[in-house]
Amino acid sequence: MTPKEKMAIAPQAMPEQDAKARARNMNEVALGYTAEMARCEASRCMQCPAKPCMQGCPVAINIPGFLAAAAEGDFAKALKIIRRTSLLPAVCGRVCPQEKQCQKFCTMGKLLKDVDKAVAIGRIERFVADLARENGTEETVECAPKTGKRVAIVGSGPASITCAADCAKAGCDVTMFEAFHKCGGVLVYGIPEFRLPKSIVRHEIDNLKKLGVKIETNYVVGRTRTVKDFLAEDGFDAVFVGTGAGLPKFMDIEGENLNGVFSANEYLTRANLMKAYEEDKADTPFWHGKRVAVLGGGNVAMDAARMALRLGAEKVYLIYRRSMDEMPARKEEVHHAKEEGVEFHILENAKRILGDDNGFVCAIECLRYELGEKDASGRRSPVAVPGSEFTLDVDTVVVAVGNASNPLIPSTTEGLEVNKRGNIVVDPKSNMTSIPGVFAGGDIVLGAATVILAMGEGRRAAQGILKYLGVHV
Amino acid sequence: MNKIIRKRRLSENVFEMSVEAPLVARSRRAGQFVIVMVDEEFGERIPLTIADADPEAGTITLIFQTVGATTMKLAKKNEGDFIAAVLGPLGKPTSIRGENGEKPGRVVCVGGGIGVAPMHPIAQALKAAGNEVTIIMGARNAGLFVMKDEMAAIAGDRLVLVTDDGSSGRKGLVTDPLKELCERGEVDEVIAIGPPVMMKFCALATKPFGVKTVASLNTIMIDGTGMCGGCRVSVGGKTKFVCVDGPEFDAHQVDWDLMLKRMGAFRPQEIAAKEHECNLLKAAGL
Ligand SMILES: Cc1cc2nc3c(=O)[nH]c(=O)nc-3n(C[C@H](O)[C@H](O)[C@H](O)COP(=O)(O)OP(=O)(O)OC[C@H]3O[C@@H](n4cnc5c(N)ncnc54)[C@H](O)[C@@H]3O)c2cc1C
Ligand code: FES
Repeated sequence: MTPKEKMAIAPQAMPEQDAKARARNMNEVALGYTAEMARCEASRCMQCPAKPCMQGCPVAINIPGFLAAAAEGDFAKALKIIRRTSLLPAVCGRVCPQEKQCQKFCTMGKLLKDVDKAVAIGRIERFVADLARENGTEETVECAPKTGKRVAIVGSGPASITCAADCAKAGCDVTMFEAFHKCGGVLVYGIPEFRLPKSIVRHEIDNLKKLGVKIETNYVVGRTRTVKDFLAEDGFDAVFVGTGAGLPKFMDIEGENLNGVFSANEYLTRANLMKAYEEDKADTPFWHGKRVAVLGGGNVAMDAARMALRLGAEKVYLIYRRSMDEMPARKEEVHHAKEEGVEFHILENAKRILGDDNGFVCAIECLRYELGEKDASGRRSPVAVPGSEFTLDVDTVVVAVGNASNPLIPSTTEGLEVNKRGNIVVDPKSNMTSIPGVFAGGDIVLGAATVILAMGEGRRAAQGILKYLGVHV
Repeated sequence: MNKIIRKRRLSENVFEMSVEAPLVARSRRAGQFVIVMVDEEFGERIPLTIADADPEAGTITLIFQTVGATTMKLAKKNEGDFIAAVLGPLGKPTSIRGENGEKPGRVVCVGGGIGVAPMHPIAQALKAAGNEVTIIMGARNAGLFVMKDEMAAIAGDRLVLVTDDGSSGRKGLVTDPLKELCERGEVDEVIAIGPPVMMKFCALATKPFGVKTVASLNTIMIDGTGMCGGCRVSVGGKTKFVCVDGPEFDAHQVDWDLMLKRMGAFRPQEIAAKEHECNLLKAAGL
């Protein structure tokens, strides 16, 4: 096919559940490509020699390579190419901000002057991963002969899953410790079912078990045992800390401790992990919010707002202090939220939350904002418009303005260096911390970031661990 | 999965259970708690204080009152049964006078209702650190006291019983003897554990005397690791997470009214769930 012919192929739209119907159910919104659609979309790739898309991929997947295989209908080969650098394609295909990564640099998107018309790399990635999982045709991985080295992995999010898999494949004896009763980190407690089915995460955890990784849930490292205990008494040769960014930030405004004000973490955990929405079965109580305000503009805020609809809210306001252009959420999620009926209040911010006599939320007072001068991050910083206060009647407020790093491990591990934000400091090549034999990666190092970056860090740390232990790969 | 080794009924709706949890038994210190899940798929995560532990046997002792759906489910379990999860030990250990740099002194422990159970290891540790320990135990009536003998073994004749109806010990409120001790200038420190209202009034009672008063808070929790903020309270005007910053705080600094309101956030749902559970138990002839 000539470039011109390729340009003439229509971008394949993602089949989706109807917006009205899906806003009231927990099933996945995006239904996935058919084989025909995946082939057709993959054939739009120009195979440019410079491979600009790869620069945008944090783990440098050979994108043109896997697209060429997919265009030929060799989906198994396509998956094999992805798997060389990415462990979780079914997850990343769904949750990566592709429009800011690979697809941002895609030549096709540039030629058609619209990033939304770039080759839908993420959707094809998802398709090939789903196909193999559903048909049970994933390649079985052989572990290297046992090395006798023991590695402890703290946490079970994407950074930890990747690090555990790589160490196990290299012949280490790996044990993963997770505080919650289920593994997956944010993938199970934060990102909702309608965006990332939990059966996919479970499948990845089962794959870890097949590699021989032992899993200890309900185990808080720092309390049940400490990192130092692992090394000094429990016979581990190295420890990887992938404890994520789980410390919710609040806004420090009046009324934030009223009943009906939740951190997004609490709101989403109740629904996702504790299944509170299955009211006849779940013991965790369920908050019946009818009018919900969500504060923030990231993926977490989108998830909370869309979850509120699914939990029966009649009105959901998303209140964000900057403009649409600055919104950090994935574009597709913003689009889906709008379609489902979330009302966007842009350039507005909560000033205080008002309560009734019994301490329950009854309204939120907001201020309007304007964009001012560019700040240090290059974004135009919002400034409040004096006297622009107005109130919205709400019975629920979900605060989704970010997560800081959980201090439990640093505070119980003497000598572990953290920066002033509380993130663990690591050597950028090996991800080793200030303590020899202790490695870290993911959100606990980067601050709240992304799944793909966490995965990349887990992989780098695994290399660091193997080198430290003298295991050759 | 944690096996129930022993179960005892202490009063009509208070139960004691020893549960296998070897690592928790080994590392727990006075004042810490665990999060318990009775079943995994749809269970709730509730905090329970560790009343005692046996590191050799690898067990911890939990004492709980059947107040909601989960504690009722737990009460239905028998010796040999399993509970889905025990996570811990969580929270900061109690800062024990005599071990924390302060000289041993005269410490009054006030335990209301089931709050006596978590007080037990603290009182033990205080005694061991050389303090003179007075224990004030309060209950609605004589039949509701738990661990009376254990507490008497620690406090000897410095054990004061108080009941609402006078059926045992003094008639009145725990704050009565507490105030008297403060008036006589015989108190260096107070630790209060019990219903939030009781702790609030203990704080009010000691405040005029400037006696250091610590309360152990028992808020709603989910993860217990500082991840959700559901357990937050206001202490000295600052938001604190009970599960990681506590559970013990300066009782004079706690915003009790706010905490009392937050404890009621899910009350309608909890009442409905409890009724549902009661009906199930009745239907099952229990
Ligand atoms: C609601 C939400 C939506 C998101 N959406 C997206 C998205 O669309 N795309 C994207 O790329 N990223 C998204 N992110 C961010 C992404 O999920 C994270 O960057 C990523 O999960 C970080 O991975 P991690 O392995 O570092 O840690 P986490 O996934 O946070 O996992 C850490 C795990 O460690 C456990 N843990 C913590 N402390 C201890 C301890 N002391 N002992 C034992 N276990 C412990 C925790 O319970 C948790 O399970 C989202 C985040 C949230 C909250
Ligand atoms: S219980 Fe979630 S932060 Fe304390």
